[in-house]
Amino acid sequence: MAFSISFYSPSILMSSVKVFKRSLSTTRMLANKQMTVRDALNSAMDEEMERDERVYILGEEVALYDGAYKVSRGLYKKYGESRVIDTPITEIGFAGIAVGSAMAGLRPICEFMTFNFSMQAIDQVINSAAKTFYMSAGRVNVPIVFRGPNGAASGVAAQHSQCFGAWYSQCPGLKVISPYNSEDAKGLLKAAIRDPDPVVFLENELLYGNQYPITDEVLDKDFVLPIGKAKIERKGDHITLVAHSKGVELALDAAKELSAIGIEAEVINLRSLRPLDINTIIQSVVKTNHIISVEQGWPYAGIGSEISAQIMESEAFYHLDAPVIRVTGADVPMPYTKSLEIAALPQPNDIVETAKKILGV
Amino acid sequence: MMYSKITVRRLIDLKFLKKYYKFSSTMPVNVDKSIYPGIKKIDYTSKLNIDEPPMNTVPIFRILKNNGEITNNCNSIIIPENNELLKMYKSMVLLSIMDKLLYESQRQGRISFYMTNEGEEAIQIGSAAGLNFNDMVYGQYRESGILLYRGFTPEQFMNQCFGNIDDIGKGRQMPVHYGSKNLNFVTISSPLTTQLPQAVGTAFSFKQLKNNRCTIVYFGEGAASEGDAHAAFNFASTLDCPIIFFCRNNGYAISTPAHEQYRGDGIVSHGSGYGIATIRVDGNDIIAVYNAILKAREYVMNNTRPLILEAMTYRLGHHSTSDDSTAYRSKDEIKNWSNESPIKRLKQFLKTKDLWNDQLDSEYTKETKKQLMQTFTIASKKNKPNWKEMFNDVYYEIPEHLLTQMNSLEDHLSKYSDHYPKDCGV
Repeated sequence: MAFSISFYSPSILMSSVKVFKRSLSTTRMLANKQMTVRDALNSAMDEEMERDERVYILGEEVALYDGAYKVSRGLYKKYGESRVIDTPITEIGFAGIAVGSAMAGLRPICEFMTFNFSMQAIDQVINSAAKTFYMSAGRVNVPIVFRGPNGAASGVAAQHSQCFGAWYSQCPGLKVISPYNSEDAKGLLKAAIRDPDPVVFLENELLYGNQYPITDEVLDKDFVLPIGKAKIERKGDHITLVAHSKGVELALDAAKELSAIGIEAEVINLRSLRPLDINTIIQSVVKTNHIISVEQGWPYAGIGSEISAQIMESEAFYHLDAPVIRVTGADVPMPYTKSLEIAALPQPNDIVETAKKILGV
Repeated sequence: MMYSKITVRRLIDLKFLKKYYKFSSTMPVNVDKSIYPGIKKIDYTSKLNIDEPPMNTVPIFRILKNNGEITNNCNSIIIPENNELLKMYKSMVLLSIMDKLLYESQRQGRISFYMTNEGEEAIQIGSAAGLNFNDMVYGQYRESGILLYRGFTPEQFMNQCFGNIDDIGKGRQMPVHYGSKNLNFVTISSPLTTQLPQAVGTAFSFKQLKNNRCTIVYFGEGAASEGDAHAAFNFASTLDCPIIFFCRNNGYAISTPAHEQYRGDGIVSHGSGYGIATIRVDGNDIIAVYNAILKAREYVMNNTRPLILEAMTYRLGHHSTSDDSTAYRSKDEIKNWSNESPIKRLKQFLKTKDLWNDQLDSEYTKETKKQLMQTFTIASKKNKPNWKEMFNDVYYEIPEHLLTQMNSLEDHLSKYSDHYPKDCGV
């Protein structure tokens, strides 16, 4: 991994860790404890496998190869072939194995090499994992974590760059988590593994290698985050930016730019898409009277659409001074060429311009 | 999806690839076996041949002839005890009477849907009798007899079909989608063949948990065309799972005849491709099915391996109440097969053993019809499940938004209860 060159003095660094953490993600200058998202996910699985022997991992390339993105690194060596299982290449096959083994008492972590490939298995996820508890009248629960990278990576075009947040969030019976940084990744993955319901855990490939500061509390093996609670990443009074996953980073970058012109944005990291922490959003809107949703996925029936609708149906509607605006990916399959890819994804500047527009500045 | 995976692979750090290839190159090179990771043994040839698939047909294991006599040269077979034989016969008869009753009730518009088991009773009852009670059963939808044999009562079947207050499924599922955790029978799932990979997953769990249980999963020859079936065969084989894949090859997938479903020798022919052992049995011969299951169970448990069991039979009834099978098969064909009825065959066998006669038969039939009619009437008049059940069991703990809706509906119903039916807990 390359070391990025820093132009900031150490004193600025220490006081602005939160805002600058991404650009400094691979420097070793900070004395604070840092952890990559990849390591956070890895340690979450490791700790939960240690804690509960019913937990096992299955998927393509997860064992000997340590996972296509190395998220399961070292776990095969530590837990052996009965708990870290390489499967033949059939998503519907191993997703079905996961469902059946969860019904029978194990707690599978089912890795999709990317969520784009989960489409081949979506019948098992939606029709079986999500609905079995209801259909069995509460007798058979299906505790599975379906996890893997989701959303746009870099230069991998239409069939590797789709956000499935809205797809899976639409289905009752599923919980859908979309973590942003290492703290989210660790605390939420552990919560997902312990959860009695099926959980879709949407990681982001571009964030895997990013380092984020973490506290000792996060390192503790009993650290779990509640599913369904958003986190205010940055406080502000003028406008609310609500986002998930990579979108949080864009929102934080935009908030920094807005701050330079005197606009203080409040950035909400959703963490969980279903259940959605609408109360935190409402409270923020009551304070700021303005809101923009930010996501890399498509606009049509997206997460921003849901947030917008829920605001309309809530008390927050009466506190809005301007309409809710969605900043999303373009409504096209992801193009390959770099210039087009950039144009198809929301950029911090899009958020800044939208914020200025609805604030009338 | 291989193409896409190659694209992803390309993105992976070269460092990791080096490690991967290092691993590959240290694979044991054993000329006695094979230098190719993909095959077990090498045999080179200088002849360029196209190998046609084998033309032979795997024989069908049969014990009972149509007249109820045991076939000559039947060695080391197990005939169930007399009381078990009678239980098997009575279960088959009860199942067929219940089928007629519920089929008619759908025709009268009293339930929305039904699927009969006619012609396949021996498969269900014979296999249920041969399994251990704690072996997990995944059915497709035509396996009611297994539940019946394990103790699911006619009352429970009818409660489910009416979706009434005593339905253990709380009125959630459409008719015939039975399930019973106590009887180790997984709730029926409508999308075809999803049960196969799941059953393999359950068998995998049993292996991990070392609890001396196996899984049996039922499916039709049509379902075997779904990708799920092939995924399941391959996974069961590569993961060494103790599972019996029980194919009911009943000639038709709704209207599609079996010969349009595949070109090989039925479903057993998949066995060699996936490295799975097979048995082919006469599905209308309950003693043969019973023996095949005993043997299959012993095999999967002793070897911790899967087995494909193909039972040849004929679906005498329509596919479901949404189907009229005379549109695609002749009445003569159906009539000929009704002479092969598995119930008739077992009855003949019981007669040869002096365990049963025509008088006992008509008495039992009459009494069963009477009792089932009473049960039916009671089930049809029962209240519907409490409306609150609509909100329960979506998640392990009821989420706030559903709780809010439930409370709001409760307020509404308490204000306007006069406008709602009284049979759903209002």
